[in-house]
Amino acid sequence: MSKVAITGMGIISAIGNSVEENLNALLSGVSGISTIENIDTNHRNSIKVGEIKMTNLELSRLLDLPEDNNFSRTALLGLYAAKQAVKNAGIENSNEYKTGLISATSVGGMDMTERFFYDFIENEENRRYILINDAGDSSHKIADNLGINGIVTTISTACSSSANAIMLGARLIKSKQLERVIVGGTDALSKFTINGFKTLMILSDTFNTPFDNNRKGLNLGEAAAYLVLESDEIVQKEGKKVLAYVSGYGNANDAFHQTASSENGEGAFLAMEKALKLANLNPEDIDYINAHGTATQNNDLSEGRAIESVFGKNVPDFSSTKPFTGHTLAAAAAIEAVYSILALQKNIIFPNLNFKTKMEEFDLVPVTELKEKNIENVLSNSFGFGGNCSTVIFSKSK
Amino acid sequence: MKKVYINGLGNISCQKTFDSVFLEEVVVETDENVLTAKEPVYKDYILPGASRRMAKGVKNGIVASAIAMKEANVSTLDAIITGTGLGCIEDSEKFLKSIIDNKEEFLTPTSFIQSTHNTVGGQIALGLQCKAYNFTYVNGGISFESALLDAKMQLETEESETILVGGIDESADFTTNFFKIAKVIKSDNEKNSSILDQKTKGHIAGEGATFFILENKKTANTYAEIASISFVNRLDPNQIESQIESFLAENLLAVKDIDAVILGINGDVDFDKYYEAISNNLFKNTAQIYYKHLSGDYHTASSFGVWVGSKILKLQEIPEIIRLNSVVKSNYKNVLIYNQYLGKDHSFLLLKQC
Amino acid sequence: MEALKLELKEKIITLLNLEDVNVDEIQDTDALFGDGLGLDSIDALELIVMLDKDYGIKLLDPKEGKAIFQSINSMASYITEHRTK
Repeated sequence: MSKVAITGMGIISAIGNSVEENLNALLSGVSGISTIENIDTNHRNSIKVGEIKMTNLELSRLLDLPEDNNFSRTALLGLYAAKQAVKNAGIENSNEYKTGLISATSVGGMDMTERFFYDFIENEENRRYILINDAGDSSHKIADNLGINGIVTTISTACSSSANAIMLGARLIKSKQLERVIVGGTDALSKFTINGFKTLMILSDTFNTPFDNNRKGLNLGEAAAYLVLESDEIVQKEGKKVLAYVSGYGNANDAFHQTASSENGEGAFLAMEKALKLANLNPEDIDYINAHGTATQNNDLSEGRAIESVFGKNVPDFSSTKPFTGHTLAAAAAIEAVYSILALQKNIIFPNLNFKTKMEEFDLVPVTELKEKNIENVLSNSFGFGGNCSTVIFSKSK
Repeated sequence: MKKVYINGLGNISCQKTFDSVFLEEVVVETDENVLTAKEPVYKDYILPGASRRMAKGVKNGIVASAIAMKEANVSTLDAIITGTGLGCIEDSEKFLKSIIDNKEEFLTPTSFIQSTHNTVGGQIALGLQCKAYNFTYVNGGISFESALLDAKMQLETEESETILVGGIDESADFTTNFFKIAKVIKSDNEKNSSILDQKTKGHIAGEGATFFILENKKTANTYAEIASISFVNRLDPNQIESQIESFLAENLLAVKDIDAVILGINGDVDFDKYYEAISNNLFKNTAQIYYKHLSGDYHTASSFGVWVGSKILKLQEIPEIIRLNSVVKSNYKNVLIYNQYLGKDHSFLLLKQC
Repeated sequence: MEALKLELKEKIITLLNLEDVNVDEIQDTDALFGDGLGLDSIDALELIVMLDKDYGIKLLDPKEGKAIFQSINSMASYITEHRTK
């Protein structure tokens, strides 16, 4: 068995609270990038973000959580998307099959820790948030709420995290350790990440423009998305509708710099090559690349070079969907997995908004208008700090 | 399917475990509830120019992995897989404090970069120029076990032949304080005389970096075979016995086949009950071992337990300092390691003599 | 200017944790990046913050740092010319 079936998906992002809302925004070209409202930061006027315009209280109510819950925003977003995915897959009993949850996050409960850091010592009121700082807390909360009892773990490899969660989930299904696994990622905006990226001087003060010669950096975003992966046995036994397949994946390390990608994008090249090999596909079988395309000087050059190395002169249609959502860090690969699956289902390529000028280093031009064509295989890239490079290939359900 | 072997160890812990044989020089701390790692001479392993920005966890991880690789006599890796509960939390605290104290102004990137959870694995790769698979698991008490499971699957299917796996955690001032407030770590006025007769909430805390070279072939330096690994997010204390029995049954073993059981007892009255039933009943005729009085507890402390199990199987001896009962076996063939963290993230690991 | 140069050397050593380097080992004309002192892009970001915090000089694009941080000499003359505090 080389392919793993995807039978459900759920998402919440700056462009919508459901798969349908996200699809509509992608089809109508409506971006979710805006001025930040939920976080009180000095940088309010010098950055743009992909923020979900719901407060924690509103999210808690939608999730029927008690008012005194100790959910971080990361956990709230994660549970919201994971519930949708489970519902979409038509799962009623979480423990009918050997089920697991592999979630990804980079900020974990930092959004609460940063609020109450000094306050914890002096004040008893918010101490229920002390133990939610660790990244595993959001995964536990999602698992508990969905009633999952089994393999529950969390991956944090910066901006490639949820690609790696999909990878581990597929591996667990293939090795028969699990029959069903919910995979994805969640990250909330936080002062910590906003200021962290600010110190690296890679935040744009305006709308992000991936693969544009005059790109000024990225917009951070927040989101969560999950997929349900199921074994062929479940799919056959229950006559499940398969949305798409995970057909290939690869992870490699650029081993070049702690935060920057190498100029020739070697790690990215290796990840794409590994994924193609596992999927048993040739470069010309890829109909669409959902690029990492963060719109930083460094990423887009490095990724573009890597794409050229893999695909030569015949680079397939590609676009970055980050002008819609912002860069949602550990959730990015999961939301882009949902977009890749939608591309396969609808035979549509979503546009790389805001692109105007071709980069001087190469001739790569992203798709800038909605484009209809038959799509059999989508390759999705996600790269993170620490040289972490991941590629996942999604293929059409026949 | 190929079998998976532990072929090299490197352990930076709160005891002298990096240039010693097997716990022959240990100190059981009785005054402090927070143990600190015994630092190696970093300059022997890392160039000063390279180490100047490294967090404690990064440095310990690099040294422990270098020791493990040297011992296993490997220079190239097919994967680097780490587990950590909180990552380099000292730098996370530092960055967060400067955000708050300086009101989001004049911030520098170094501590932010070090606070990224995969920074240890990333910097090991950078140092070795290793472009292979590189994953980091961050799920509380099974962060390290997740890394082991990932490595085991890849070695069994021959996707990889040599994998570096490690567990790393640091202690840091604010987090330690918060944990004391939340009674996760014993408060300052609780003396840590012996973790075995504690009647209070909280554990004795520690930190460390414990690395393993796993391969799918046996070598002259092989410590043990990792026969099986399993973990689950939630269990009640009354489910532990049946969970262990079914784990053993999956491996075609019975309780009597286990020669030594390594338990994660940490002196926390609320959670040591998970070990009580199996210690008093299921494994009463098995050599029982504890180790967190030496390592302290932290999210990846169970990697120290796996290090203990590996040493027992290779050296065929159990140091007195870690014995929980007086049962002695002439031959230690099968070792079971059970751990949990705050009643969650229960892990079961079966090691076999080679 | 000489006092500023000494001040810069001391700051660079402390700020960038160059424990094994002495002030008199850094020549005014030495390359700070690459083959010289061996600083890298993360150090450059640290130095940009130092310019802002200690001398009131704001750089918006890290690329601007390249020429300024060539040597102690280039740093000192840029700071002298542009400092606001």
